Amino acid sequence: MFHWLEKNPFLFSVGVFIVIAFAGLIEILPNFAEAARPIKGLKPYTVLELAGKEVYKKDNCIACHSQLIRPFKAETDRYGQYSLSGEYAYDRPFLWGSKRTGPDLHRVGNYRTSDWHANHMWDPKSVVPTSIMPAYKHQFKNIADTETAYAEAVTVKRVFNTPYGPEIAPSKEAYEKYYKEKLLPEAKKIAKEMKNKEVEAMVNQGKVPEIVALIAYLNRLK
Amino acid sequence: MQSNTALEYDYSVAKLYMWTTVIFGIVGMTIGVLIAAQLAFPELNYLMGEYGTFSRLRPLHTNVVIYGFTLSGIMASFYYSAPRVLKVSMGELPLINALAKFQFVAYLVAATGMVISLGMGITANKEYAQMEWPLDVLIVVYWVIWGINMFALIGARREKALYISLWYYIACFLGVAMLYLFNNMEVPTLFFSGGLGAWYHSVSMYAGTNDALVQWWWGHNAVAFVFTVPIIALIYYFLPKESGQAVYSYKLSLLSFWGLMFVYLWAGGHHLLWSTVPDWMQTMGSIFSVVLILPSWGSAINMLLTMKGEWNQLTENPLIKFMVLASTFYMLSTLEGPIQAVKSVNAIAHFTDWIPGHVHDGVLGWVAFMIFAALMHMSTRVFKREIYSKSLLEAQFWIQTTGVVLYFTSMWIAGITQGMMWRAVDEYGNLMYSFIDTVTVLHPYYTIRAIGGLLFLIGVFMFAYNLYKTATAGRKLENEPQFRSPMA
Repeated sequence: MFHWLEKNPFLFSVGVFIVIAFAGLIEILPNFAEAARPIKGLKPYTVLELAGKEVYKKDNCIACHSQLIRPFKAETDRYGQYSLSGEYAYDRPFLWGSKRTGPDLHRVGNYRTSDWHANHMWDPKSVVPTSIMPAYKHQFKNIADTETAYAEAVTVKRVFNTPYGPEIAPSKEAYEKYYKEKLLPEAKKIAKEMKNKEVEAMVNQGKVPEIVALIAYLNRLK
Repeated sequence: MQSNTALEYDYSVAKLYMWTTVIFGIVGMTIGVLIAAQLAFPELNYLMGEYGTFSRLRPLHTNVVIYGFTLSGIMASFYYSAPRVLKVSMGELPLINALAKFQFVAYLVAATGMVISLGMGITANKEYAQMEWPLDVLIVVYWVIWGINMFALIGARREKALYISLWYYIACFLGVAMLYLFNNMEVPTLFFSGGLGAWYHSVSMYAGTNDALVQWWWGHNAVAFVFTVPIIALIYYFLPKESGQAVYSYKLSLLSFWGLMFVYLWAGGHHLLWSTVPDWMQTMGSIFSVVLILPSWGSAINMLLTMKGEWNQLTENPLIKFMVLASTFYMLSTLEGPIQAVKSVNAIAHFTDWIPGHVHDGVLGWVAFMIFAALMHMSTRVFKREIYSKSLLEAQFWIQTTGVVLYFTSMWIAGITQGMMWRAVDEYGNLMYSFIDTVTVLHPYYTIRAIGGLLFLIGVFMFAYNLYKTATAGRKLENEPQFRSPMA
């Protein structure tokens, strides 16, 4: 029946390709532009928040935490308003996750504070006694890679027109100016809220540990 | 035209991949057992400082078993069986043979880079596509070389019609190429930021909901084109070869091949049910997942019926045991998947341990069992020796089967328990359980799962020992066995 096709590897391959490719075209393309639109009033991440998102990625929080509240009463009761497509417009990559070994975090900024996070990341059992989450003490020591986060902001501004102001520009000087005038004050505020003397001292010396950036990011999730 | 027996096949590339299959299998599954144990006993998170937490190790586990163990097994089988069904030896094409060895080196470099970068936390953070762009580029090169080799072999073939296994290898090549390219479209920050920051960093080309769509179009179809399509290629070659039986039905294999190709990609949306992707896409994903039962069971039934009248082999030959149980697990897994893809079931199952449970009855029971059987069958032809120990193979089979059963049954219970507790409300409509209640209740199931995984890992060590002894100390064979692999 199809023997002729099996003797013609070229036509066979073309056939296979067409059969597998068009499902993607039909399913993904139609809503592409619409799904990329942000909700009203959505601001892009600050560089400190982006650096925090990098910590979130580096320690791979999505292995256990989702950022997607589904439209069920049990979920909106537990986590708040269900998630909207436009809220993710600046998320590259998306961080929905696929497993909830721990709770959803999409609106964690609404009900957890900086010092709660600080205690929790240092020793989860200190706030949730039977928690099985590991402690992330190294985040209090490692310095956040704010330069890469800045590079990311510059890239998305130039390539995807993400609405950043003129303070985000592709040069070392622009980065250093931003770091001193915008990023450090933001970090100092978080460090103060964390009520952790060592972290505060570090930030006052001009160094931003990963935990400060991470908490800035988590507080932003609302 | 030469006859099959007159042609001396060159297995040098297949041999290389056989050993990486074993090594990556041991590494990847050891990490798997460790992270399974960490969920039951969290103290195990602190064995290696920041590099030893569950979260950092989980992508290492998934990537090493997918791109290390499974892909090596597929390549070993391809470089063994493709020349045989095409009746052309790798040795007759010196350039292609050299290119295949270069491909192997590129593979090792990419795999090493993958282990190091993921261990350090350098990640694009899209599941099963975590590698950053420099490694992605290397992988594309690697994949293109595989395509060149495949079509060069096909071009030089003496057997005019392509055997069923080759259809699946071609589909694997094309499918992964297309999906991998689109999903890993990312913009390196290096080129747009005036050289600021880490050189390997990138941002995804897609944002939010779109990124999720493309990612699960990949994520689901990586399952299709790595865990399903090439493994079907394996069973279509190795089961008839080992049993001496002809494939039951040519028409059924046609139907299930083209059916699978057509339906599989539509089903990707079932990973995004109740999310913010458009509703019609979710429904399509759900419906096509159910339709997917047909072509999946078509292949599996075709394989089981191939054994018609020869079921006695099941008791006599452990390799037949592995392969028959593999297609049975394939049937289980491809029935379970569509059940989870029904919207109302998914509302409970999604985000729970039922999902890793489902993945593992497929990958342990189907993928790994097929690879073990294929490598053992090959070893007698490649090393021209008898399999070192039949009783060891038998013991491996039963230990691993017990392990898989413990794994998925415990995860079924864990997943449904947790899914139900999340939504349980009291008589006033308030949530009954705080989140941590739904975690502590899982401890016994996590423990059972870790034990199941450990049993499977013990089986892998038995397999590695058996294969090594076969290659070095098995009784030498005068002639290549025609069907059943001889074993001591």
